[in-house]
Amino acid sequence: MTQVLEKKSKKTTKPKYSKKQYLDWYKMMVRIRKFEEKTLYCYSLQKIRGFCHVYIGQEAIAAGLTSGITADDKLVTAYRQHGIALARGMDSNSCMAELFGKVTGCVKGKGGSMHFFSKEHNYFGGNGIVGAQIPIGTGIAFAEKYRGSKNLCVTMFGDGAARQGALYESFNMAMTWKIPVLYIVENNGYAMGTSVSRTSNVKDIHTVGEAFDMPSEAVDGMSPEAVHEALQRAAKHIRAGKGPYFLEIKTYRYKGHSVSDPGKYRTKDELNDYKEKDPIKITEKKILEYKYATKKEIEKINDTIDKEMEAAVKFADESEYPLGSELYDDNYVQENYPFLT
Amino acid sequence: MSRIITLRDALREAMSEEMRKDKNVFLMGEEVAEYNGAYKVSKGMLDEFGPERVIDTPITELGFAGIGVGAAMNGLKPIVEFMTWNFAVLAFDQIVNNAAKTLSQSGGQFGCPIVFRGPSGAAGQLAQQHSQTFESWMANCPGLKVISCIDPVDAKGLLKSAIIDEDPVCVMESEIMYGLKGDVPEEEYYTPIGKARVRRKGTDITLISYNKMVLECDKAAEELAKEGISAEVIDLRTIRPMDLDTIIASVKKTNRCVVVDEAWPFAGVSSEVTYNVQKFAFDYLDAPVIRVNSADVSLGYAPTFVEEYLPNPTKIIRAVKEVMYVNA
Ligand SMILES: Cc1ncc(C[n+]2csc(CCOP(=O)(O)OP(=O)(O)O)c2C)c(N)n1
Ligand SMILES: [Mg+2]
Repeated sequence: MTQVLEKKSKKTTKPKYSKKQYLDWYKMMVRIRKFEEKTLYCYSLQKIRGFCHVYIGQEAIAAGLTSGITADDKLVTAYRQHGIALARGMDSNSCMAELFGKVTGCVKGKGGSMHFFSKEHNYFGGNGIVGAQIPIGTGIAFAEKYRGSKNLCVTMFGDGAARQGALYESFNMAMTWKIPVLYIVENNGYAMGTSVSRTSNVKDIHTVGEAFDMPSEAVDGMSPEAVHEALQRAAKHIRAGKGPYFLEIKTYRYKGHSVSDPGKYRTKDELNDYKEKDPIKITEKKILEYKYATKKEIEKINDTIDKEMEAAVKFADESEYPLGSELYDDNYVQENYPFLT
Repeated sequence: MSRIITLRDALREAMSEEMRKDKNVFLMGEEVAEYNGAYKVSKGMLDEFGPERVIDTPITELGFAGIGVGAAMNGLKPIVEFMTWNFAVLAFDQIVNNAAKTLSQSGGQFGCPIVFRGPSGAAGQLAQQHSQTFESWMANCPGLKVISCIDPVDAKGLLKSAIIDEDPVCVMESEIMYGLKGDVPEEEYYTPIGKARVRRKGTDITLISYNKMVLECDKAAEELAKEGISAEVIDLRTIRPMDLDTIIASVKKTNRCVVVDEAWPFAGVSSEVTYNVQKFAFDYLDAPVIRVNSADVSLGYAPTFVEEYLPNPTKIIRAVKEVMYVNA
């Protein structure tokens, strides 16, 4: 499998964005990376169980989401979602506690790794059924249009999910009805052990949008700048009432599909090629080059984030499990629902 | 001669043996070929049978289930693997509206000899969407046969019967039981669809179950034996058609019955068993039939939820004592 990434832009001497912007992107990416490293470590200690998919390698997409759309916009994605939740503004404590299955977790221990949600952050969750969120995100956006808001719904899914029929049905309706939905396929090259090229003749997934006359483009997912700019272009189009937009963000996951996947279906070289373009490394380099921060300041940022993540693990570890009986909560809105026993 | 093999190996042997015998049999599903199966059930099958007969699909459950149905209507014998039955929900249209109904709709002209298989049931802390059982759903639909079984010897024989069956068969396995070991004969055999198996003989109470819950019944029966209560354990193995003869004969002997079913209680396999027991063994019952199900809710992730949710020996023993009118 080879992915054609846009060649790294030549050394720019003039920074494109402010110091604050670069540092914000950098901090978010480092927070996600370190959160996920803690996740893997805690999984190895069996403090985290079940299916667990980490976001390492894809952080630039999350970073771009912090600046490319607004906090009022809605977002829904799949199960590889820890990084997206952090990017939406959810705090590391409640996310880590959720991974631990604790009552202080963002969904009270009900969801685990695949199912974070936060109404406060307009985060409509991590979905465990591949592709299910594509029509759901379309519907969330439908509601925004229906109410006459200017918000859009970012609907994210993987390259594997892009083959589900639900995508084609959703694209068609979204285009026909001019629904304000921003579709993002995070093309990390693989769906479990299956490379993109083995699932279709259409390897440039964004071209699928063309069949529906939907504006579509490929984006370098190792660059927060590129993601940010693409999101802004798309959002502008959508907010003008012109209907959906489709971004294929090309990225790579450094780890296996889930904690139980050794990832034997790909080569070390391929992985290393991507690590060369690591968004955190590259952004750090730029920050230093632009003199937006000194080496020392970068270290300090990293230390602070290390502390944040250690505190999150401590918080999760020290929190209580929910009571077994709380399983009966939140199945119906109706109070005193007569469950069968 | 027999040897001890795992459930995963038993299932693979069943598929491979039938594929060697009949060129029309092929396997299709997500990650079945190059990855050797998400749970390694099809390990080595691509090497033996090649990519024409062991086929990796995109993640498109509705589409490939339908391709299976069409291929079956046109003379092939597909085995369609779902990574788990939770994802087969996307394919229910093809299973329920087409596979199950083709023979009736076509006035007997087009059959649909297909196997839909994969794991069903909770498998640890996998939360709401990945923990469901589907025996009751599928068994509700006329036209389908439903097998649910984890004992390697039975699972192999039943899967072979399912593959050669002229009707569509849904086969439910278990993610966490693929490593379960059991005695399996070297020589070829078929286990008939529609026959339960008495796993353990007993005289005081009949425990009726299927899939991995039979192991919980075994454990409960062991404990009960220590207290002088003799439990008979029946593994339904096939859900539809259900082997009422074996169930009723046992209840007529023990006069008491507890159904242990991982499915939710409402309109489930447990209700079906219970209905039939009261209908056909009413005069033999010394107590109402009761059942032990998973909780009537969506399963959450935390370990405390899993513990609360699933049937276990403690809950089974409590139910047995209730129908035996013994103080717990
Ligand atoms: C409907 C459905 N089918 C199968 C699965 C099992 N499954 C979980 S993740 C996955 C691969 C998805 O790959 P992709 O969409 O590329 O996302 P990525 O994991 O790369 O982020 C599969 C097959 C599922 N969860 N839901
Ligand atoms: Mg992918």
